[in-house]
Amino acid sequence: MTALLYLIPAALFLGLLGLAAFAWALRSGQYDDLDGAAARILFDDPAIPPQRNQRRAR
Amino acid sequence: MIPAPSPDPGQATAAGAECVHCGARISGSGRFCCSGCAAAYELVNRLGLARYYDSRAAAVVPPRTDPETAPQDLTPYIRQEADGSLSLAAVVEGVRCAACLWLIESALAAQDDVISGRLAVSTGRLSLKWRGSRERGGALLALVCRLGYRVQPCDPARFAMAGDGEERRLLRAMAVAGFAAANIMLLSVAVWSGSAGGEMGNATRDLLHWVSALIALPAVAYAGQPFFASAFAALRAGRSNMDVPISVGIVLATGMSVLATLHSDVHAYFDSAATLLFLLLIGRYLERRARGRARSAAATLLAIDVAPVTRVTEAGMTARVMPASLAIGDEILVAAGERIGADGAIVSGSSTVDRSLIDGETMPAPVSAGTAVNAGMTNIAAPLRIRVTATGTGTYLGEIVRLMEAAEHGRSGYTVLADRVARFYAPAGHLLALITFVSWLALGRGWQASLASAVAVLIITCPCALGLAVPAVQVIAAGRLMRRGILLKTATALERLAAVDTVAFDKTGTLTLGHPTLIGPVDNDALELASALAAASRHPLSRALRARRPDVPVAEGVAEHPGEGLSWNGPYGEVRLGSRHFCAVPGEEHDDHLELWLTRPDAAPLRFHFADELRPDAGAVVRTLRRAGKRVLMLSGDRSAAVQHVADNIGIAEWSARLTPVDKTRRLALQAAAGRRVLMVGDGLNDAPALAAASVSMSPSSGSDISQNAADIVFRGDSLTPVTETLAVARHSRMLVHENLIFAVAYNAVAVPLAMAGCVTPLIAAVAMSSSSLIVILNALRLRLLPIEARL
Repeated sequence: MTALLYLIPAALFLGLLGLAAFAWALRSGQYDDLDGAAARILFDDPAIPPQRNQRRAR
Repeated sequence: MIPAPSPDPGQATAAGAECVHCGARISGSGRFCCSGCAAAYELVNRLGLARYYDSRAAAVVPPRTDPETAPQDLTPYIRQEADGSLSLAAVVEGVRCAACLWLIESALAAQDDVISGRLAVSTGRLSLKWRGSRERGGALLALVCRLGYRVQPCDPARFAMAGDGEERRLLRAMAVAGFAAANIMLLSVAVWSGSAGGEMGNATRDLLHWVSALIALPAVAYAGQPFFASAFAALRAGRSNMDVPISVGIVLATGMSVLATLHSDVHAYFDSAATLLFLLLIGRYLERRARGRARSAAATLLAIDVAPVTRVTEAGMTARVMPASLAIGDEILVAAGERIGADGAIVSGSSTVDRSLIDGETMPAPVSAGTAVNAGMTNIAAPLRIRVTATGTGTYLGEIVRLMEAAEHGRSGYTVLADRVARFYAPAGHLLALITFVSWLALGRGWQASLASAVAVLIITCPCALGLAVPAVQVIAAGRLMRRGILLKTATALERLAAVDTVAFDKTGTLTLGHPTLIGPVDNDALELASALAAASRHPLSRALRARRPDVPVAEGVAEHPGEGLSWNGPYGEVRLGSRHFCAVPGEEHDDHLELWLTRPDAAPLRFHFADELRPDAGAVVRTLRRAGKRVLMLSGDRSAAVQHVADNIGIAEWSARLTPVDKTRRLALQAAAGRRVLMVGDGLNDAPALAAASVSMSPSSGSDISQNAADIVFRGDSLTPVTETLAVARHSRMLVHENLIFAVAYNAVAVPLAMAGCVTPLIAAVAMSSSSLIVILNALRLRLLPIEARL
């Protein structure tokens, strides 16, 4: 049962890591526009840098 | 939204095809319905973004391009950021699908000096950051305008609304509760299995309980706040709501478990408390999200209000100032195409003004020196000089906003069904718990064991099923309606809809499409000539003419006579296009006809007849409503003749015309006083107070953003069927909510006696609670199976 003494803290630490990641995502505004995020995933190209315009134009 | 392939835009050039850019039908040859769409198409191609036309959803009609949207002076809105860049916030209207979002963001990203341009679809808010000069801000917004979207700069401070932070807070609370619930459940399963097998030592069990307490206490203290705050507020106001029993249950379960841990008891309830909190927060968050575009009506209205105006100074010079700095007695200049920034009287100039924002009148009215005008009207034809009589909140527009806020405030008194149930349910639960405690104590079982049973009763009666029953149905109903282009903005709208017995429609833009269309056969040569003249004017009738023949080049040197018509000196003499009077055609002016006359030197006068066409299914919807036993009214600000014409056409017996926004609100108040529950359907700004005052309201997405904000429900498309469909869904939702509540009561009828008898261990409590929640959600899911043509 002594394994519990380090397994429980390890499990809690990993859980807290996930919680912190979520809090960071929330704070950086990734949950502000869920409808937009659902749409953005469909754009298969990154936002176009200006220099690459000509090549992309058909 | 999944982009569907659309026909290659290059092929859509045949006569009778659709405009390549906006999809409107065009009758002539050519690929575009107007020069604005042509310009937008060219711009999109030049930016290398032609994929927009392939990827936008086939069913989505992009906004009509309005080439006349003039860029304004944006200096007051631009903010200097810490890193030296400039930023600007704006509301973009007309964003419909993923392709719109992609087009706008890509077009901005293609500009060299733009650092970031991000558009939030749900709020329509565009945040723009760029490097360089302040003047570029106007140019960048103008770029979005040229793509066919309406853009309104706004004050970012006014955008930081309460709603935003609330959603984030709920989400964070949900994450914390989820973390706690999962980890405590992990430990609890170990305790349960250990004690069932009899293999776990007391010390290990206590350790696990202590760890659980360590997780649960901060988590409950943090994640429970939304419920505690609401319960506290309700109690202080002498009322009770859903959150009171929830809070009491959670606090008691946690406190009891801490006591149990201190005394190294066998059972602790931390898992139940945390799971309960997690499930309830999910419901709360989904409910919040279901409101969709929670943009505050006032914020958008104020954004309109703050467009700068041109003031004439004492020295006779002009200066661009914010309307707030205007004083009564100042004189302002309003250019053609500009919105009037304050109430006032015209000093000099004559023009026509578009009053549709204020009173819903379809046709622009002629104005001249002495006429009073209101903030919010748009000057169409010629420059005006106006002496200010009222500014800011003193204006008629400000009055409408106040009316709307007052009406919305009045509605907030509505109690949701769940709260009404909680009102007797909560005291009953608490009473049972008390009886359990006292009885066991009287039977001499020791206060600790008695308290444990009492808490078990509280946890079992803790209205998890109740707390989820209503939100679950609402979320699923909202999702179902969303897929049909109906946006549910208020959480309680469905409940209020289900009780509706009267439906009131606005006319212009609601029962009708809101813009005049040329009807009847017309001579082709005459139409070509008229279209050449009409291209020079912004009058709605001119636009309707242009819409029929967009490919005719503009005639040079057309003179516009405000309120009368257009004249042009052609190679064969003077051509006139305008009112009967203006064209000197004998006969009476008919108020109820929308008409234009064309006189040419060598031909008889010719009449163009226009009509504001009914939405295609308006008649059918009204019939369906009447069959379902609803009373149908029409409240319009338009002229009697026009209103009567529509009423006769679609079979509405009760109608009123020439109503001001105040009149409309009063009519609704009368209906409410007579005990009727009214659904108001309207689109204009003049409907906004009525929309807020009705017991529930809907607005088409073609309406002004103000009215969409005031309405509970916004629907998309040219069809009115969403009205009946939403009513049907609301009725079924109410049925499901009732079923869920009955189930919750039945569940309690079984579980509570067991808990009172002291047979409920934490394991049973946790299993019973989760399964009852699941059953409630599964029942709510049945709403998805409802056929589209459900009976009303």
